Amino acid sequence: MSYQHTIDKDRCKGCGLCVSVCPKNVLELSDEVNTMGYFPAYRARPEDCIYCTTCCIMCPDVAITITKDVEESQETDQ
Amino acid sequence: MAKTYQKPEALSDQPTHYCPGCTHGIIHRLVAEVIDELGIRGQAVGIAPVGCAVLAYNYFTFDFQEAAHGRAPAMATGIKRVRPDLIVFTYQGDGDLASIGMGEIIHAANRGEKFTTIFVNNTVYGMTGGQMAPTTLPGQRTTTSPGGRNVQDVGMPIKIAELLSALQTPAYITRQTVLKPKYIVRAKKAVKKAFQYQMDGRCFSLVEFVSTCPTNWGKTPVEAIQWAEENMLPYYPLGEFKLPD
Amino acid sequence: MGKILMKGNEAIGEAAIRAGCLNYFAYPITPQSEVAEYLSRRMPEEGGVFLQGESEVAVGYMLFGAAGCGERVFTTSSSPGISLMSEAISYIASAELPVVFVNIVRGGPGLGGILPSQADYFQATKGGGHGDYHLLVMAPASVQEAVEMVMTAFPLAEKYRNPVMILGDGLIGQMMEPVEFSDRLTSKPTNKDDWATNGMDTRKRKDRNLVKTLFLDAGQLEEHNLALKAKYDRMKQEEVRYETYNIDSDYRALIVSYGTMSRVCKTAIDNMKAEGFEAAMIRPQTLFPFPVLPIRQAASKDGCEAVISFELSMGQMVEDVERSVQGKCPVYWHGKAGGEIPTPEEVVDTVKSFVKTK
Repeated sequence: MSYQHTIDKDRCKGCGLCVSVCPKNVLELSDEVNTMGYFPAYRARPEDCIYCTTCCIMCPDVAITITKDVEESQETDQ
Repeated sequence: MAKTYQKPEALSDQPTHYCPGCTHGIIHRLVAEVIDELGIRGQAVGIAPVGCAVLAYNYFTFDFQEAAHGRAPAMATGIKRVRPDLIVFTYQGDGDLASIGMGEIIHAANRGEKFTTIFVNNTVYGMTGGQMAPTTLPGQRTTTSPGGRNVQDVGMPIKIAELLSALQTPAYITRQTVLKPKYIVRAKKAVKKAFQYQMDGRCFSLVEFVSTCPTNWGKTPVEAIQWAEENMLPYYPLGEFKLPD
Repeated sequence: MGKILMKGNEAIGEAAIRAGCLNYFAYPITPQSEVAEYLSRRMPEEGGVFLQGESEVAVGYMLFGAAGCGERVFTTSSSPGISLMSEAISYIASAELPVVFVNIVRGGPGLGGILPSQADYFQATKGGGHGDYHLLVMAPASVQEAVEMVMTAFPLAEKYRNPVMILGDGLIGQMMEPVEFSDRLTSKPTNKDDWATNGMDTRKRKDRNLVKTLFLDAGQLEEHNLALKAKYDRMKQEEVRYETYNIDSDYRALIVSYGTMSRVCKTAIDNMKAEGFEAAMIRPQTLFPFPVLPIRQAASKDGCEAVISFELSMGQMVEDVERSVQGKCPVYWHGKAGGEIPTPEEVVDTVKSFVKTK
């Protein structure tokens, strides 16, 4: 079972709130601007991410999604 | 420990027009999550204010009406009286609720109209560029109080949760905030409790949110959170001020 | 069925119930508080909604909310209260909500007086609220006619998705006259699922409805106003209503007057006829749309020497009369403000003075 953490970089307004609340200091603001002119957040240290959803809870723009991958062996359900 | 998170169905896909770090986005999301979890999207009618959230209806995927400034509680009264089965909420800011709409909110609360009000208190009039509000703190500089709010001249800020709690009619009145994740989790429970009271046909409910306005406060989103924690929470304490029982 | 003697205000309240409107939000104000008093007892008897709001401002928006979720709703008020509702009326007109307003007009401006008046003509027909909008305005001249207009108002409001106003006056509201309620005027509400916020579950549809009046995007607001105008143009084609009196005679003067004032003018016309002087009257029953062409036609008749607008005001409808007559005949105004009502003798003297001066 693995988790996917996605930040929609064109939805993100680079407010920095997620960066300030991440308990594992995973997030940073990128230095590449997005289509709206903001510097979006990204996982600078994804290996430290524990998928606690604190960033999702803090984000005013619902830019962060965490989903679960179902493993291949579990997909063959009779 | 690990969890999933996705955008609630009651929230639309449209990116908001709100400023970076604006707490409206968090509050909208909480309301949408609660509506999804309670399964009431098909009976919900939201009422948008005049203020930054005037376009709130673009961000939700259920019936919405747009109110004139301050009049949302009167509109909610009209809807709830003729269709008591609909779940109705107003979403209002400082100017809308505490200034021009003061008469409407007090009377709706006093009549015990069974709708829910989400009140976003960020001490300024955001949409029109940061003017003083009834909730502006003493000494706080705004575009119409450039020397800071002079309480000798215009009085002290109004504490809406306390004011409405003084009414004799049963109601659920609480003040929450979304400044940090721990507060957000608590606030969501309060919003759910408020809507549950409405679903039970019990009473009027109001959730006041201590909120930020980074742009008009001249601060970054993170600085604004800090300023609100240090300056707003002492004057606007969190908690449940009134329960209907 | 049979006639009953009823006070105008109470008959108006009863008429709304007979028209299938079971929702009433209002605020007391002289000279129409009896409607609220009557309905506070009657509405619950019918299982309807009665709520006395905290002000006319609030009431205006209770109407918006209720109509916006698809229910028939109405209110009654008087001049200063209608001023307070004017913002809401603009919003209701823009959102295209069917709401019925009844204005039992009193003397103004300001707090004014409580005696009857017709000084809200401009407010009703030309605005009062901001922006390009119109109310469909009807003016009864008797309690019976008020009843019939109230019952017609609801289907009209729904036909056009527009607010409708009944312009009464303190006399019609307060006096008692024989009234008959006719069942054949009752109409079923239209289906509003295309636009009303009555809940997605109610409509069994997945798309939501939005009732709003803000159009910020370029071009959208213009489009909205063009659509509203098309509606008002249709009203002008289809909803003009008026009554004529002594119009087939060789009249030398044409009176234009409505409501209570028109009753005095009728008596004056009868009195003049007895003396051998012919005068006719056009009594608008809709003030918007105004009977422009009938007035123009009647004013153009050979032998008509004067058109006189009699009003319980300082001269408001006279401007629409001038606009209708288009200079084909001199137009005069005579009126009284402050609750005073001209006597038939005064009307006769006035008519003869305008015809003699020619």
